[in-house]
Amino acid sequence: MNLEPGLYHLLFISAALLFIGVYGFFTRRNLITMLMSIELILNSVNLNFIAFNKYLWPHKMDGLFFTVFIIAIAAAEAAVAIAIIINLYRSHNSIDVENAEELKY
Amino acid sequence: MNGSDIIFYLLAALTLVCGVLSVSTRHIFRAAIYLLFTLIGIAGIYFWLDYQFIAAVQIVVYVGGIVVLIIFSIFLTQQAGEKLPKQKIGRKIFSALAVFCGFALTMLQLSQNIFFLPEKEAIPVNVAEIGKKMLSTNAEGYALPFEVVSMLLLAAMIGCIVIALRSKPETK
Amino acid sequence: MPNGTLIALIPLLPLAGFILLGLFGRKYLKNSSGIIGTVLLLASTILAIYTAYEYFFVYGKVAGVYEKKFPLNYTWLEFLPAGQAGSKGVSIDMGILLDPISVMMLVVVTFVSLMVHIYSLGYMKGEERFSTYYSFLSLFTFSMLGLVVSRNLFQIYIFWELVGVSSFLLIGYYYNKPSAVAACKKAFIVTRFADLGFLIGILILSFSSGTLDFNTLISTLTTPGSGQAKAVASTFLGASAITWGAALVFIGGAGKSAMFPLHIWLPDAMEGPTPVSALIHAATMVVAGVFLVARLFPVFSITTPGVLEIVGWVGAVSAIIAAIIACTQTDIKRVLAYSTISQIGFMMFALGVSGYGGEAGLGYTASMFHLFTHAMFKALLFLGAGAVIHYIHSNEMKDMGGLRKFMPITHITFLIACLAIAGVPPFAGFFSKEEILLSAYHNNTIIYYIALFTSGLTSFYMFRLYFSIFWNKPHEVERKKHGKGGFSMMMPLILLAIGSAAAGFIPFGKYVSSDGTFLESHFHLQFSILPVLLGLAGILIAWWLYHKQSDRADRLAASLQGFYRTAYNKFYIDEIYMFITKKVLFNLIGRPAAWFDKNIVDGMINLTGNTTAAISESIKKLQSGKVQQYAIYFLVSVIGLALLFIYVWK
Repeated sequence: MNLEPGLYHLLFISAALLFIGVYGFFTRRNLITMLMSIELILNSVNLNFIAFNKYLWPHKMDGLFFTVFIIAIAAAEAAVAIAIIINLYRSHNSIDVENAEELKY
Repeated sequence: MNGSDIIFYLLAALTLVCGVLSVSTRHIFRAAIYLLFTLIGIAGIYFWLDYQFIAAVQIVVYVGGIVVLIIFSIFLTQQAGEKLPKQKIGRKIFSALAVFCGFALTMLQLSQNIFFLPEKEAIPVNVAEIGKKMLSTNAEGYALPFEVVSMLLLAAMIGCIVIALRSKPETK
Repeated sequence: MPNGTLIALIPLLPLAGFILLGLFGRKYLKNSSGIIGTVLLLASTILAIYTAYEYFFVYGKVAGVYEKKFPLNYTWLEFLPAGQAGSKGVSIDMGILLDPISVMMLVVVTFVSLMVHIYSLGYMKGEERFSTYYSFLSLFTFSMLGLVVSRNLFQIYIFWELVGVSSFLLIGYYYNKPSAVAACKKAFIVTRFADLGFLIGILILSFSSGTLDFNTLISTLTTPGSGQAKAVASTFLGASAITWGAALVFIGGAGKSAMFPLHIWLPDAMEGPTPVSALIHAATMVVAGVFLVARLFPVFSITTPGVLEIVGWVGAVSAIIAAIIACTQTDIKRVLAYSTISQIGFMMFALGVSGYGGEAGLGYTASMFHLFTHAMFKALLFLGAGAVIHYIHSNEMKDMGGLRKFMPITHITFLIACLAIAGVPPFAGFFSKEEILLSAYHNNTIIYYIALFTSGLTSFYMFRLYFSIFWNKPHEVERKKHGKGGFSMMMPLILLAIGSAAAGFIPFGKYVSSDGTFLESHFHLQFSILPVLLGLAGILIAWWLYHKQSDRADRLAASLQGFYRTAYNKFYIDEIYMFITKKVLFNLIGRPAAWFDKNIVDGMINLTGNTTAAISESIKKLQSGKVQQYAIYFLVSVIGLALLFIYVWK
C-alpha cells in the first residue's frame, strides 16, 4: 500500500462515499435527507468516472463527459424530486417516509 | 510525502467525514450544510486532479444549485426547527451490516484486480478542448447527448411546475 | 337371407316414435301423440308378423332344423381383431339374430305393445303428460325388441339396461306420488344390483369362450374342445369358472324376472299406470330373464347342468311362495303381480327341468309356449283390471263387487283369462301348463308336486279375484257412465281374449324347440286329469267362499292365524331387506365411507388450499409499502448475487 495517492485511493473514496450514501438512504426517515443521500451516491459515481478517465484513459475524455452529463441530469432529477416532495407534503402534511406506505399489501 | 499528497488526504478526510455526518446527524439543516461541505470536498479533489472545468461545474451546479434547492425545500416544508425522529435501532444495525458487507466485497475485488495503466500520451483537458469536443458532430463528438440533455432539462422543468402546481380551488 | 333393413325397422320405428314424441310431443303433438305411437307400432307389428311368416314358412326348415339367420351385422367396437388368439376376435357387434324364439318374441312384444297402445288411447285420455307417456312406451318397445334380436352378449346387456330405464320412467310416471317414486327407485336398484351379476357373468363367459357373439360362444362352450376345457379347468371356490359365469348370468335374469328373493320390486311396480303394468310387468319385460336363459340354453344344459338345477329350484320356490302370498292380498293389481311372479316361476323351472335335444327338450318348448300364452292372458287380466279401476277409481277388492251387469265385455274377457290361467281346457293356459307339468314329471318329481300344488293355488286365487270383483255384492247402483271406457279400451280386451282362447291350439313344438327340430306334442289324457281336477277344485272353493257376501273367508283366515298373517305380510321379505340395508349397509359401510370422503379426501384438498393461503399470508408481509425496505432487499440481493457469481459460479 503506497502512500502516494493513485487510482486505488480514489476508488476507495468513491466506494466509501457510495456506501455512505446507501446507508443514509436506508436509514433516514425524512424524504429530503434521502434525497441528500442520493446526491452523495451520484457524486461517488462521478468521482469514479473521473478517476478512471485520469488514470486509465488519459488520451480520451469520455469519463469527463459522462460526469458532465450526470451532473446535469442529477440537477434535473433533484428538481423533480423536490417537486414531488412538496406535492406529497401537501397531501400527507408530513414528509416522513414511513407515512407514505399506500402501496402496502 | 509532499504537499500534494497531504492536500489530497485532507480533502479526502473532509469529504468522508462530512459525508458520514450528513447521513447521521439529527438536525436537517446541519445535514444540508454537511452535504455542502462534502460536495466542496469533491470539487477540491477534482481541482487536485487538474480537472478544473468539472470542479467549477460541480461547485456551480451542485453546491450553488442543488444544495440551495434542498435548503429551499426544507423551509417550504417547515422542517427547519425540530430534530429529526430517530430510526429503529434494528434497521440501523442491519443497514450498517449490509453496507459494510458490500463495501468489503468491493474493496476485496478492487485489491485483487490489476489495472493496466496505458502508455498513451495524455491530452490536455481544458475548456477549449472540452468545448470543441462537446459541440462537434463527428464520431467522437458529443453534440447529440448535449441536445438530448437539454431536452431533458426542459422536460424536467415543465414536469416540476406541473407536479408542484397547487390545484385551483373550485369556482362556485 | 331375410331382408335386414326390413327387420331392423321393427325396433327402429318405435325408436323414431320415442324421439319424435319426446322432442316435439309436449308442444306440438299433444293430441295426436297417441295416434302416432299406435300407427308406428302397427307398422312394426305387421312387419314382425311378416318376418315370422317368412321365417317359419318361406325359409322353413333346412335339414329338419330352423337355422339361425343373421340378416344384419355391424362391428362396432373391436377389442381383439379376428385372427388373434385363434378365434373370431372379441368385438361388440350390433346385429340381428333370427331364430325361433326371437321371432316368436318379436310377434309377442309387438302385438301386446300394440294392444296396450290402443288401450291407452282411452285409458290415459285427458292426462297432462299424454305425449310423454307414449314416448316412454315407444322407448320401451324399442328396447325390448332390440333385446330379443340381439346377436351379441354385450348388445343384449345394452338393451337390458335400456329396458330397465324405460321401466323406471314408466313406473315413476306419476312422479308426484311419493309411493311411485319409491317404487321406481326400488325397481331400478334391485334390477341394477342383479345386473352386476349379469355383467360379471358376461365377462366370464366371453373370456372363457374368447368371443361375445352368441352363436360362436354357444358352439365354443358346448362342443368338447379347447375352449370348453379351459373354462372348466379353472375353478374358484370349488366350482368351475364357467359354472360361476352361467350362475351369475342367471342372477341377472332372475333380477329382471322377479324371481325369489329379488322379486320385491314387482309388486311395488304396480304404482305405474295399469297399461304399463300390462305391457312391462306381465307380458314382456319380466320374461326377459326367461328369454336370456333360453337363449343361452345349450350352455346351461350341456356344460353347466348344475346351474340348470338351481334355475329349476329358484323357479319352483318363486312359484309357490308367490302363489301363497297372492291368496291373501286385497289390492287387485298386487294379486296380479304375484300371479305374474308365480307364472314366471313356472316358466323358469320348466327350463330348469328340461334337457337338450329331441324329447328331452320338452321343458324348453313348454316354457316358451307358456311365455306365449301367458303374455296373452296376463295382459288381458291387467287391461281388464284397468277397466275396472277406471270405473271404480279404487284398487281395493272391498270397493268392488257385483260389477258383472255393468261391465259385460270386461266381465266375459276377464273370465276367459281366468279360465286360461287356471288351466281349464280348451283355453290356452291348459295346453302350455300341461306340457310344463309333463316335463317336470319326467325329470324331477319334487318339483312336479310343487307345481301341481301351485297350479291349484293359482286357480284358487284367480277365481277369488274374479268372484270378488264381479260377484260377491248385490248389484250396485249404476255409477257414472264415463268410467266404462270406450271402444279403444274394449277392442284390445276382445282381441286378447281371442288370443287366450285360440293360442293353445298352435302346435308349438313344430316351431320352437331346444335344438330346432320338430317336437311332437302329445295329448296325454290320463296325465291331464289331475291338474284339471285341481283347477276345478280351486274354482269351486273360491266360489264357495266369495261368490256371495259372507264371513266364511274371514273365518278361514282367522283359523290359519299366524300363517295367514305371514303370508299377508309377504313373508316379511321387504322388512329383511330394509334391515340389511339400513343396519348393515348404511351403518357399516356407508357411514365410514362418507366420513372418509368428507374428512380425508376433502380434507386433503382443503389442506392444500389452506397451506397455500397460509404461505401467501406470511409472504405478503414482504410488500410493506416502505421504500427503504425495498432498497435494503435490493442491496442484499445484489451482494448475494455478486458473491454467487464471483465465488460459486466462475
